Amino acid sequence: MDPRLVNAIVVVIGVPATLVGYILLVEQILRALPSRMQPRIRPWFWMLPALAFLGVFLVYPTIQTIIRSFQNRAGNAFIGFDNYAWFFGNAGQISTLVNSLLWVVLLPTLTVGLGLLIAVIVDRVRYESVAKSVIFMPLAISATAAGVIWFFMYLWQPPGEPQIGTLNGALDTVGAGPFDFRATDDFKFNTIMLVIVMAWMWTGFAMVIISAAYKGISRELLEAARVDGAGEWQVFKGIVWPLLMPTMAVITTTMIITALKAFDLIYVMTGGQFDTSVIAFEMYRQVGFNQLGRSAAVAVILLIAIVPVMLFNIRNFRAQEAIR
Amino acid sequence: MSATTETRAMPIAEGRRRSGLLGRLPLHLFVIGLMVIWLIPTIGLFVNSFRTPTDATSSGWWTALFPPEAFSIENYAYVIQRNGIANAFLNSLLITIPATVVPIMVAAFAAYAFAWMRFPGRYLLFIAVVGLLVVPLQTTFIPIQKLYAGFGLNGQLAAVWLAHTGYGLPFAIYLLRNFMAELPREVFESADIDGAGWASKFFRLALPMTIPAIAALAIFQFLFTWNDLLVAIIYIGANTDNQPMTIVVANLTQSIGGGWQYLAAAAFLTMAVPLLVFLALQRYFVRGLTGGAVKG
Repeated sequence: MDPRLVNAIVVVIGVPATLVGYILLVEQILRALPSRMQPRIRPWFWMLPALAFLGVFLVYPTIQTIIRSFQNRAGNAFIGFDNYAWFFGNAGQISTLVNSLLWVVLLPTLTVGLGLLIAVIVDRVRYESVAKSVIFMPLAISATAAGVIWFFMYLWQPPGEPQIGTLNGALDTVGAGPFDFRATDDFKFNTIMLVIVMAWMWTGFAMVIISAAYKGISRELLEAARVDGAGEWQVFKGIVWPLLMPTMAVITTTMIITALKAFDLIYVMTGGQFDTSVIAFEMYRQVGFNQLGRSAAVAVILLIAIVPVMLFNIRNFRAQEAIR
Repeated sequence: MSATTETRAMPIAEGRRRSGLLGRLPLHLFVIGLMVIWLIPTIGLFVNSFRTPTDATSSGWWTALFPPEAFSIENYAYVIQRNGIANAFLNSLLITIPATVVPIMVAAFAAYAFAWMRFPGRYLLFIAVVGLLVVPLQTTFIPIQKLYAGFGLNGQLAAVWLAHTGYGLPFAIYLLRNFMAELPREVFESADIDGAGWASKFFRLALPMTIPAIAALAIFQFLFTWNDLLVAIIYIGANTDNQPMTIVVANLTQSIGGGWQYLAAAAFLTMAVPLLVFLALQRYFVRGLTGGAVKG
């Protein structure tokens, strides 16, 4: 048998068994302690495995990366803000920042906008669940596979040759094109094309959540408004929209993070060429150049961009706990 | 569900009763058009994955349908044999299974403590977990690679699933804690009267009652790690023996030149597992998604 398979079986059975054994052992030890001390110590033992993982894989490396961003390439001397100065003083890097900004604006707008529109409209047809499954499905596949799927959509051949990409084939039948969707960077056209692929993947996510919130709105309330003579648009604007607002705010933050972290799709579809790189991709590229100081600085810039979302989430959580 | 939809659709239908089905035609056209737009990209890939090399590189996939071309499964046979796809498929499973099982167990212990044990700093510590939810993985790569180097872990499968365990924990703890905190207090109190310890209350009560949340979480974590490219590239990189499906397929896009039909077949193989999981468990998946955001 493949030794890796043996390892995996050992891991899948052994690690959970160890964890269960750990908890049972902890409870045995606690029982031996004076009963007044037990409640104070117990939670820390139950949280220890989680805190260890969080510490090793998130807290410690984030602190290290922040420190590393102030160091030189070799990591043996502090150079102040030089890595940041390089990033903000370099036209190519500024362009990745602009691209990221475009992602952050476009992706939430497209996914939440379309998700809302579709959620409200499919609610009126009988085959709603089928329609929703179709729109939701791309979320299950990887950005890598989505990249390959849309590679065939955007495929471009020089004029005169048969167009085998779906969109250029369609343009061809109406006598337009061909158009190089991936390489045309005028007005950030190709970055917008990449965002569209991501929106194809994530609109279903927004739709499913908005749809659930929409169905939670009291039918009597909507009926009452209609009986009072409100038109469909007034009902939507006056009742549905404000009631869906909190849900849409939460999805928007999720989409902002998704946009900032976009990497896989860009890696597969353009490899960051044609001026399509974003901060999350640039961090990886600088690792490839062995520019670890610069790479760390780019990662920290990404972290700083996410901090407002983090604060929003914490505020939201505290508001929820207050009503609980 | 359909009953509520009916009652609400009524006034619109009433207003346009004279036009009947015709009045609702634009609505149906819009919804069906939307479904077609959403499906076309995937259908194109699917058709191309069954075409012969000459057909796939000389004409669009839509020409293959009318009249139907000679389709074959040769592309699938080719990629399975030639590009190490079978090995990559195994690697993907070997990464994904521990990366799903381990974080859920670890998170369940912590979530139980957060939900049912009183201790100073509980609130602040949980706020920190909420904060960690959004930390970009990019800020962790370089130090962890350095840490792994000390254990010879870079390039190993364990390097990836250990990292996924850490990265998946904040969300897992958050979801499970919120679910566990809503469990009925009386159940735990009556167990206390019976003299049950914390461990038995966890394994006999809390864990079984949390199964719906655990199911949703397992699906998320499975899809997330199966579909991940970035984390695998960083910790496995060029070690071809251990590369999962996503790396192999991503590399194919760069190296395959004109062999697009092979790329299509390979992409479909990576999609097969998540699509099956999704189609089979869609209900739990959606319930997990909406439970967190809507009830909230």
